[in-house]
This record gives sequence, C-alpha cells and structure tokens, in this order.
Amino acid sequence: MAIVTHLKKSCAVNPLKMSAPIGAALAFTGLDNCMPTLHGSQGCTAFGLVLFVRHFKEAVPMQTTAMNEATTIMGGYDNVEQAILNIHKRANPSIIAIASTGLTETKGDDVDGYLSLIRKKHPELDEVALVYVSTPDYVGAFQDGWSKAVAKIVKELAVPGLPVAGQINVLAGSHLTPGDLEEIRELVEAFGLKPIILPDLSGSMDGHIPDNFSPTTLGGTTLAELRASGSSEFTLAIGEHMRDAAQTLQDKCSVPFEVLESLTGLDTNDRLMSLLAELSGRPAPNKYRRQRSQLMDAMLDAHFFIGGKKIAIGAEPDLLLAVGKLFAGLGAELTAVVTTTASPVLEHLPAQEVLIGDLEDLEQRAAGCDLLVTHSHGRQMAERLQLPFLRMGIPMFDRLGAAHQVTVGYRGTRNLIFEVANMFMAVAHEPGPDDWRHAAPTGAECGSCTPAAAH
Amino acid sequence: MDALKSKIQEVFDEPACGKNQAKGEKERKKGCTKQLVPGAAAGGCAFDGAKIALQPITDVAHLVHGPIACEGNSWDNRGAKSSGSSLYRTGFTTDVNELDVIYGGEKHLFKSVKEILDKYDPAAVFVYQTCVTALIGDDIEAVCKAATQKFGKPVIPVNAPGFVGNKNLGNKLAGEALLDFVIGTEEPETTTPYDINIIGEYNLAGELWQVKPLLDEMGVRILSCISGDAKYREVAYSHRAKAAMMVCSKAMINIARKMEERYEIPFFEGSFYGVSDMSDSLRNIAKLLVDKGAPAELLERTEAIIQREEAACWQRMEPYRDSLKGVKVLLITGGVKSWSVVSALQEVGMEIVGTSVKKSTLEDKQKIKELMGEDAHMVDDMTPREMYKMLKEAQADIMLSGGRSQFIALKAKMPWLDINQERHHAYAGYDGMVTLVREIDKSLRNPIWEQVRKPAPWDAEDSRCTTQDSGTVVTLPGNDALPLNLAA
Repeated sequence: MAIVTHLKKSCAVNPLKMSAPIGAALAFTGLDNCMPTLHGSQGCTAFGLVLFVRHFKEAVPMQTTAMNEATTIMGGYDNVEQAILNIHKRANPSIIAIASTGLTETKGDDVDGYLSLIRKKHPELDEVALVYVSTPDYVGAFQDGWSKAVAKIVKELAVPGLPVAGQINVLAGSHLTPGDLEEIRELVEAFGLKPIILPDLSGSMDGHIPDNFSPTTLGGTTLAELRASGSSEFTLAIGEHMRDAAQTLQDKCSVPFEVLESLTGLDTNDRLMSLLAELSGRPAPNKYRRQRSQLMDAMLDAHFFIGGKKIAIGAEPDLLLAVGKLFAGLGAELTAVVTTTASPVLEHLPAQEVLIGDLEDLEQRAAGCDLLVTHSHGRQMAERLQLPFLRMGIPMFDRLGAAHQVTVGYRGTRNLIFEVANMFMAVAHEPGPDDWRHAAPTGAECGSCTPAAAH
Repeated sequence: MDALKSKIQEVFDEPACGKNQAKGEKERKKGCTKQLVPGAAAGGCAFDGAKIALQPITDVAHLVHGPIACEGNSWDNRGAKSSGSSLYRTGFTTDVNELDVIYGGEKHLFKSVKEILDKYDPAAVFVYQTCVTALIGDDIEAVCKAATQKFGKPVIPVNAPGFVGNKNLGNKLAGEALLDFVIGTEEPETTTPYDINIIGEYNLAGELWQVKPLLDEMGVRILSCISGDAKYREVAYSHRAKAAMMVCSKAMINIARKMEERYEIPFFEGSFYGVSDMSDSLRNIAKLLVDKGAPAELLERTEAIIQREEAACWQRMEPYRDSLKGVKVLLITGGVKSWSVVSALQEVGMEIVGTSVKKSTLEDKQKIKELMGEDAHMVDDMTPREMYKMLKEAQADIMLSGGRSQFIALKAKMPWLDINQERHHAYAGYDGMVTLVREIDKSLRNPIWEQVRKPAPWDAEDSRCTTQDSGTVVTLPGNDALPLNLAA
C-alpha cells in the first residue's frame, strides 16, 4: 500500500540506522556461552558495546580482532587466529561468533578461508563452534546484520535429524525484547510444545544476577539446542527478516516453517493460536481465550483516544510493521514514516509513503503529529516539536526496563494499547471558551486561534 | 597517509610528557599505545578519541565521513554540556555505501558539507576521517580545503581514522587538527591580563561551571576552554591567552606545549578533582598570570578565596566523617589522577584498598605510595574477574569506576559510583568534592544492599521452602519470620 522512497541527499542527519555488524553481534549475544567478536578495529566493538550496555544496563561480552592500519593492508589472518586462540584461552566459550566490518570488507578478507585454515592448524579448537558472517558496515542496517547472522548460525550448526514430537523452533527477530521472548516461550509451552528460541536474548540479556562472574554470555540458546533445531517439527519465524533463516533451516534439515510478520495485534496472535493448536493438537488454553477477550475490550476502550491521531514513527522495517499496523488498526494515521533499510514488508505498511532515511527526515515530516514513536535518539526531536514520545527499539538509553518492554501476545498488545492511549489522555486538551470561535476572515495573526481541540 | 604517519610519530614524541621522556628512543617510537591483543582488547579507537576531544565545541557541525557504524552507533552519547548551541549534539554522517567504497567518497563528502552549511549554518564544519574512507584513499584535507574556499566557512579536517590507534592517540590527533587549522585564525575583541585557556576539560556533567564561579570571583576570564562548552571562535582566538591550565589527563598535552612554543603561553598541569588539587590549580593560575604581568594582588585575592572555600568544604564534609570512617574504597579510574581523589577521600576517613595506576606516571605512583603507604594496592590492569572477586569477598565496600565496570560491582551486589565520562553528577572543584562524598554516603546507606543480599527463600539454610508440595505455607528461619505462600 505504501510507496517506498529513497531520498536524494548526501548527508545523513541524526541517524535512525545502526550498523549491520552490531546487529549480528547482538544476535550472537543470544547464544549461550558465546563470545561475539567483530573483525575490525577495536572501535567497531567499543561503540557497539557501549550502545548495548546503555540499552540493557548489563555487561555485554564482545571482543575484537583489533585490526590496525598495517594488519588491514596485510590481511587479517593473524589477527583472527590470535583472537580465537586468546578468547579460547581466556574465556573458553562454546561458540566464537565473528562478524566482519566495513574495514575488513573493504580490504576483502576471506574469513571463511581463514577459519578452515585455523581449524586445520589448531585441533585444540575442535570442540569450539566457530561461526562467521559477512556484514560490511556500508551495506544494510542493524536488522540485516541480525538476519544474516541467524541464517548463518542455523546453516552452520543445525543438524538434520528425525523430527522430535512437540519440539518447535522460534526464530526471533531483532525487534523482540527479552521480555517478548519470555512471553513467547510461555505461550508455546502452554500448548505443551517445547520451543527452541533462536537467538534467545531472554536467557542472556534479561537483567538477572548470576551466581558467578562469566566473561562470556550468561545464557541463551545452547549449542545443543542449536544442533537440535534441525530435528524440530516446525519453525515459527517472527518478523520477515527471519525468513532467510527459516528457509535455510528448511533447505538443510527439512523443517517446514511459517513467517509471522509480528506478534503484536489481534489478527496475528489469532494466527499464532491456530498454528499452535494445530501443531500441538490441543485447544487454546483458557488463559489465552480470556486474554483475547481483554485485548478486544482494550481496543474498544482505547479507540476513542487513538482513532484519528497522527503518528510519526521511525523504526527498523519489522518493528515498524508490527507497531505501525497496530496503530493503523486502531484508527490512527501513519503520517510520517521513516525506516532504515529496504524490506519487502514496507509496501504492506498502511501508510501513504515510507521513507528510507534518518531522524532529520522524520522531524521535517512530524510537525503537526500527535505522537512520536522511535528509539531514544528521538528525544531531541520530541523536545523541539513538543511531542509525546513513545520509545521503541534499540537503543533505549534514557529509560530503564528496555529489556522488559513486552508488546507481543494478546497481553503485550493490550498493555501497549493502554500505554499509548494513556499518553494521549495525559496531554488531552481542556476545552476553553475560545476553542470554537472561528477565525475572523482578516486573520493575519490567526495561527494561535485554530481550535486546539484538534490535539 | 604519509602526512598522517609523521603526525603520529610527532605526537608520540612528546617532550612535555614525563612518561614519554622516561622511555628509550626505540620505545618512544612505538608511542604510548600498547600493542593491542586481538581477542583481549577493550576501549575505543583513535576516531572515538578525536570525537571525544572535539565534540564539546558546541556551535560546530561534526560530520563523520564513513559508514554508518562510526556515527550511527554512537551519536549523542556523551555528557558534555552546552550553555548555548545544541548543534554539537546533532549527528552528521556521510553514511557511505558500497558505491562510494568502489568509486570514492570525496564528492559525496563535499556535497554533504554543502548541505550542512545550507541547512544548519554552523560556525564551522569538522570533518572526521574513518577507517573505510582512509583505506579507499579519500583525501579529506583536500576536500575540506576546497570546501573552505568555495563556501567561505571553516571546514576543518580531523584526520584520525580508528585503525591508527587508541583513544588517547585520537585525542592528540584532534589537538593537532586544532593547532593546524583553527587556533590563531581569529582575534578576540578585547584581551585582559587575566585571560586563560583551560585545555583538556570537556565540561562533562557541567563540571566547568562548577569551577567557573570561583575564577569569576578571582577576576580571571576563561578566554577559551578546549573544548568544553566552547564556541568555535573562542578556540580560534585562544592564542591570545596569557596562561593556560592543562587538565591533568595529558590527553591534550600537545596543544598546551605547542601553544607555549608558538605563542609563549605558559601552562601548568593541574586538576579540579580533590580539595588540595583544586586549590593548587587556582594558585597556579594566579601565579602564571602574575608572572605574565597581571597585578600581584591577584595572588592574595586567590589565597583568600582558597582559605574560605577550603574551610567551607571541610565543614560541609564533616557530617559524613562518622559514617564514612573506615569505609573501604576500590578506586578504578581512567585518566583522572588517582592520588588527587585518594587524598580527599582519606581526609574524610575512608580507606583506599586499591587503586588503578594504568594511566599514571611514575611520579603519580610515588605520590600514591606516600599517601597509601608502601603496601598500597596498586593495580596496573585489574581483570573484571578480579574486581568481582574483591567486591564479592567484601575486601571493598564500594567501587568508584567508569561505566564499563559498573555491572561488575552491581552483580556482586556492591555499591558503585560512576566517576567517568557518562557520569551524571559533577565532581569538580570544592562543591564537586562535597557532592562526591555525599554520593558515596548516599550509596552506602541505601537500604537496598541489605535486601538484595538476603538469600532467596529456597536458598535459606534449613529452609523448608525447597519442598515441592504446592500450597504449603512455609516459614523462613531467623528473627523476621514471614509466612510465605508458595502457591501464590
């Protein structure tokens, strides 16, 4: 429905986009006992690390091959080898997962080739899983890096096998929080099914206090689960950018799949319920029938406040679709829409136009809107435009609880609807005696007497 | 690139840096950069360092020429405060794509500069080089020169791509950019005998403003702060100052030394952290100004202010003396000279059980030994695991460190205080010291520590909570026995 526009401008101002390598790195963080590593200069890792620490308020394990000028030009084999050996020695992870960067891709390092050489040379690494994904900084965005990383993980590590009854894969997109994943696990388990969530940030980045200090990730999908994902009965991919991984798993291990564009909203959760009922042979538990009813009630209560509102939203494609569709489904208008990277879902967005751009573009279009929805970098714009501001996506560094923001399932959708409706109620306009006094035709100074009730 | 190489050699050979001069010829050539170990490295790159050093200049557009990672992953993430423009908090990047990498990004950069000038009318544009654009050979100095000529606005190249080294090197290369292209290019409207530069102060959490009222009272004018809350013009005419203070971290020592050589601006190295350091800094400022011809009565005036402020400061810290007596502090600092904070914390009765000396000079280490005794626990490089162990075993009551090690303390359920770049509280000057002590006290007294250290009901010794029977009401052992319904 929407027209996708690329703007012709040279300078990105106030970026909405983050880089693909750190998208891959965060996906790796959802694997248990793993060391995510960027093949690049130490700054590539440091920036990603600081970003994640500020978002999750957690220590984040992440390493670097520490490339410098000379090693870049000579090729990074030695650095990759040393990095793997050092990580193995100091942190002893089960998985060392490497993503490339703009620096090493510009040079053209053949890391797949390096890894097979390193394998031959170092039998002591036989027990360590090595995964490598190519993610040049100058191609695509965060979501693309995540998508490529998950596809590569299943390609390398899933092992074909006889289907295990009741075991299903959940391929989780980068727009899902640890809280979302907890909710999804509960949903799937309620049908008596056993989910393998991949990657599982709810195990590693959910903000818990471990008993001991660990230099690697503190939880997440285990290596055994990654291997076993090839013998699941079915794969549920959440978010269009998980399609590649689901397809890879089907090609390699014959696990059939379905992509759900999101788990926010009534329709898509209805589909989930039918699917889980079908897969498990069990009816939907009463708990969820009740929650569905509550969600409908919430929609009824909230549509008074959300209907007709103009929304300015900046988000990665799959988060944009999830949240955008919900708003549009409640009668709001997606007036200003900006995203980071190309995706087949953008055309399906219920908006006139979707711009692949930055927060400057969003700010130019957001004047006159009623609500701003984007990640924390929208804070300056929200202040300038005096807009209520719903923070969604990564990074969220100026609020606590980013990891536990739940917007999936009937319950998560219900809570999001309440949150948004409450934001509108909080800024509701008090009627005044001049609200309905129409402008005199002379009206040179009448900017101030337009009915504020439009808010 | 050759120009950049020689620049790097130049900043590595810093005659005014004691640490550098103590090294042998060969070692000095390698610079202050420790060889990074792949798979065991942490910390930012040279670009990061350059950005940290210059971004506090508020009315400038900071344009990053590179792929999205360099700016997109990091913009607006530092706590430097501004009293005027907020342009410095706007993220500008060329966000180079695959075609730029193949065909070169110079035109893209040039057009970006034009767009910024048209839309934002900044006092200047600073263009930051990054790894990818350096590798493909984009000549940012040539582009900046052409843009300056064409548009008549200063467009300043900052040539510190990430892969040339660490943050510290980036700080210095940023300094070189100011020396080469900015400092000395404009003139102030007026000058006074009381004009100083403060070099290497970034106004994090507004710390410059904690110090400025006292300088105002002394009658001293900050002609230019490089670079906290600075305007481009102020930096451009900073060569007219009479004296300079270099804030201790040595990050911008090259600016201070070269301004002394070129413009005869004497400088001293000082710190605003800690009571005695603050006083020394004020004294040194007055002294240098008087040496350069300011009326001698400035010295007395300064001394009177110091006496008054010190007395008031100690008085304000007095109430904390009782509760802080014997509190064991683990102090892990970066650039801030550890000993200056050490002495102040000791003054109010705290005990420093360990301090990092990674970035301290031999002289600093000697000073710490004097303060803490021969068995001072100085660590060059403490691993996270060691810090965790020290806290977990309660060898320390509180850790003061930068944000990166925050969660080591918190996960060990120990109090922690942020004393690094992203901190929210300002700790400079006399007021800052009182704030620091108050924050430590507040943190230690918080009732959460007791709560979070209590065992979970199922871990409590002799607890019957481990029972699997649903619906069982169990009682916790101990004095404050509470009924607990597990079925709830």
